[in-house]
Amino acid sequence: MLDPRTKLEESKIADQFAGRGLNPLIEDPDGAVVTPMVESETSTDEQVMTINMGPHHPATHGVLRLVVSLKGEYVLDLKPVMGYVHTGIEKSCEQKSFWKAIPFVERMDYLSYFFQMQAYCGCVERMIGMEIPKRAEYLRIIHMELNRIHSHLVWLGTTALDLGAMSMFWYCFNVRDRILDLFEMSAGQRMHTRYFQVGGVAEDIPVGFTEKVKAFCRETPERVDQYEALLDRNEIFLQRTRDVGIVSRERLLELGVTGPLLRAAGEPWDLRKVTDYLPYGDFDFSVPVGTVGDNYDRYRVRVAEIRESIKIIEQAVEGLPEGPHIADDRKYVLPPRDELGTSMESLIHHFKLVTEGFRVPPGELYNPVEGPRGETGCFIVADGSAKPARVHFRDSSFINLQSLKDMCVGGLVADLIVNLAMLDPILGGIDR
Amino acid sequence: MNGFPPIADTAFAEAPWLLVVKSIVIFGVMFAILPLLTVLERKLLGRFQQRYGPNRVGPVGLLQPLADVGKLLGKEHFRPDGAVPFLFAIGPLLVVLSGILAIAIIPFGNVVDGVGLYGIDVSIGILYFFAVGSIAFYGLLLAGWSSGSKYSFLGAMRAAAQLISYEVAMGLSLLGVIFMAGSLSLVDIVEAQSGLWFIVPQIVGFLVFMLAGFAETNRTPFDLPEADAELVAGYQTEYGGMRFGSFLLAEYIEITVVSAIGAAMFLGGFLGPGPDWLGPLWMGIKTFVLILMFIWIRATIPRVRYDQLMSLGWKILLPIATLNALVTAVVVTLT
Amino acid sequence: MPDAVGLELIAKEINAAHEGAVRETGHEYGSATLVIAAGKNLEVLRWLEETPGQEYTFCSSVHGADYLPAEPRFAVHYELLNRDRVERIHVKALLGDPSAGTDDRWGEGPLPTLRSSVGIFPTAEFQEREIYDFFGIVFDGHPDLRRITMPEDYVGWPQRRDFPIGGEPVIFTNTERERAGWYE
Repeated sequence: MLDPRTKLEESKIADQFAGRGLNPLIEDPDGAVVTPMVESETSTDEQVMTINMGPHHPATHGVLRLVVSLKGEYVLDLKPVMGYVHTGIEKSCEQKSFWKAIPFVERMDYLSYFFQMQAYCGCVERMIGMEIPKRAEYLRIIHMELNRIHSHLVWLGTTALDLGAMSMFWYCFNVRDRILDLFEMSAGQRMHTRYFQVGGVAEDIPVGFTEKVKAFCRETPERVDQYEALLDRNEIFLQRTRDVGIVSRERLLELGVTGPLLRAAGEPWDLRKVTDYLPYGDFDFSVPVGTVGDNYDRYRVRVAEIRESIKIIEQAVEGLPEGPHIADDRKYVLPPRDELGTSMESLIHHFKLVTEGFRVPPGELYNPVEGPRGETGCFIVADGSAKPARVHFRDSSFINLQSLKDMCVGGLVADLIVNLAMLDPILGGIDR
Repeated sequence: MNGFPPIADTAFAEAPWLLVVKSIVIFGVMFAILPLLTVLERKLLGRFQQRYGPNRVGPVGLLQPLADVGKLLGKEHFRPDGAVPFLFAIGPLLVVLSGILAIAIIPFGNVVDGVGLYGIDVSIGILYFFAVGSIAFYGLLLAGWSSGSKYSFLGAMRAAAQLISYEVAMGLSLLGVIFMAGSLSLVDIVEAQSGLWFIVPQIVGFLVFMLAGFAETNRTPFDLPEADAELVAGYQTEYGGMRFGSFLLAEYIEITVVSAIGAAMFLGGFLGPGPDWLGPLWMGIKTFVLILMFIWIRATIPRVRYDQLMSLGWKILLPIATLNALVTAVVVTLT
Repeated sequence: MPDAVGLELIAKEINAAHEGAVRETGHEYGSATLVIAAGKNLEVLRWLEETPGQEYTFCSSVHGADYLPAEPRFAVHYELLNRDRVERIHVKALLGDPSAGTDDRWGEGPLPTLRSSVGIFPTAEFQEREIYDFFGIVFDGHPDLRRITMPEDYVGWPQRRDFPIGGEPVIFTNTERERAGWYE
């Protein structure tokens, strides 16, 4: 029902929803029928065929709709239409206290939840001026890099499936499952773990976790080699990806594209290297870049990133410092469970944090991190209360999607699918 | 079985009742095997992909096709508004029909005790295979066009283009075998391989035939007409229920037929050690090997692009097949 | 990001070039903010992009915000980035609400207007559509200003702070006949 604070007349509501409803056509007061569908470029040329790819199409990686003008098998024009999985997460966050919004933000881009948690928690931590312990930073890095591998594996599997190499899908998901097992072990959930907290991570890793991660790091490169052997030496795969979907580096920068897409075009831009939101400087890793910027480079860059991420994880597990896993600031961090029975003060802090949450001084901040698809940024406006006044996410697939038209126009339909797959769009993140 | 191959015995005629019995037996056996083939494919794909495949219905999942057919039969015969009703219904029918017709000429063995172990031994043998095989594409075209859907239409157009490109190469690839055997009858061609299987002298022809066979049956890597990534399901997008099942059935029939023709033309068909009545066994084994190849390739190789398919067909396969036929003709004439 | 002195210098130079463009500067949480007049947004963005020594050529994000009780009420934020120096600058264009004071809960009154920055940063196309969709801020000169995430026939600007929440009717099969008009 309506929020009682809004004090709206019932009639107004009735008018509103009668007019809106689920009817795709709405009547103007003047009687004219408004067709709110996308106008396609009407061409007099009868050879041009406009098709709707999606929203229910097996290869749009979600519920993306592409209005494509085709001449024969060639793409003349393309328009992405989105919003089919819009869930209003940004609006919902405004109704939750700062720490209760974490499960919301990680559900946007459902393949890079740790990155969104980091963007959000990092933003809040910067706003309240909180330092997080070294161990928490390392644990965050381990989980984020595992998440990056996970995301790239899902990408590799689905892309290969779009190309017709169906077995890759299962091979990739096989390894991905091991990563999810690791997440389950440390955080209790396989996806959407809510593992990062303001101040650190929710819990320390369990006994045996590091051994499992080490075993994973030992065995995965071999698997990646096998994937490469299956794809890299396959003439059909090479012909399908080489010199396809090239967009120049300058154009990509104009379009705000970041992440592996930009790096494949030869621009070594990686926030992990140039900013210090987490101590990535402690680790020795390189940023893979492509040369041409075609789909083959995009594939190579991402596969190389899997290897680099494994390197980072290995070093982070090796150098994992001892110490607390979360900051010791009772104004912002829940007290340990065992203190509740003995300490009155802890009980009060716990009660205040759980019921009201902590307050963040008024201000606004944009905090970017390097996600698997590019810059994932979180913008928070705080008005001094315990709830954020505005949470906005710069979702990399949302921005990157703008480059799809440049990649596809003039190419074939079959390449459109490959380009879209190489873009790696996650519709949950695009629509939010 | 030495020296010159026996000339096709045109005077050999069987009693009409025998023909009827043979038809029923071949039809029954084939349709008992085809569902098992679907299980086999799914099982094998599962193994290739590090998973189990169907294993819930019946022992090791053997009854899975029964469950599938039961499900498909229970579905609504959905038809889009824009479809042309008659053609929409007749499309899958034609596809299945052409596959079944082609089964008739597969030689499972030579004449044993006055019974030819084949449906019919027509003197135009392989031409018959091409003729009925082409009917399938009418089915696809009609199905795609009459669906009134753009994806179906695109799929049908691709199917038509693919037919033209690959039928030619396939025909030419078999010319060499026909030259060497000196007959069009499949039984004669098999008998002609008693000394040496044609896969050895005609290895080029065999490779071209198999490639074109993949294109003919719309299998990976040439499954463009039904490329699930681009065209949803191509010409069968709008079909549901058993009509959809018919397309699936037709695909497996075609795989079997192409494998069987390949086995007969290149792998010595029913020839093998043991008495003559073991012919069907050898034929079965050889066909099975080729079917396994179809499945194996499906699990491994990505799909080619439309223009690449065309250039492969016209610029590579066709010249190679032509050259192969020419060289064979010269060699056969000289020796 | 430029330090406090550098930010003041930037503000001064912009104001010298475009009178009254920068209203305020802010420096908080390690982020430099230029608060600019809404009418001068393109001039400031172009200046920041093109002036030698500044060259904030990469626009990483454009987003809107609604500071409801405050006046001016809306803001459009541009997060600019110089990739060579790895410096970010946060440009905030404040916009008043033309229908302030009226009871305009459904956003049917006149909408705040800003000039579109798509000409300078093509990446802003989707993001300005998103701001339009959620806040009802109109971008003049945008090539294709339509709703992007909400349905095209949606009424209201859902991310505004005074947007009534919780009243969306959900239609189930058992209630569809009670919702007049949906099956017509």
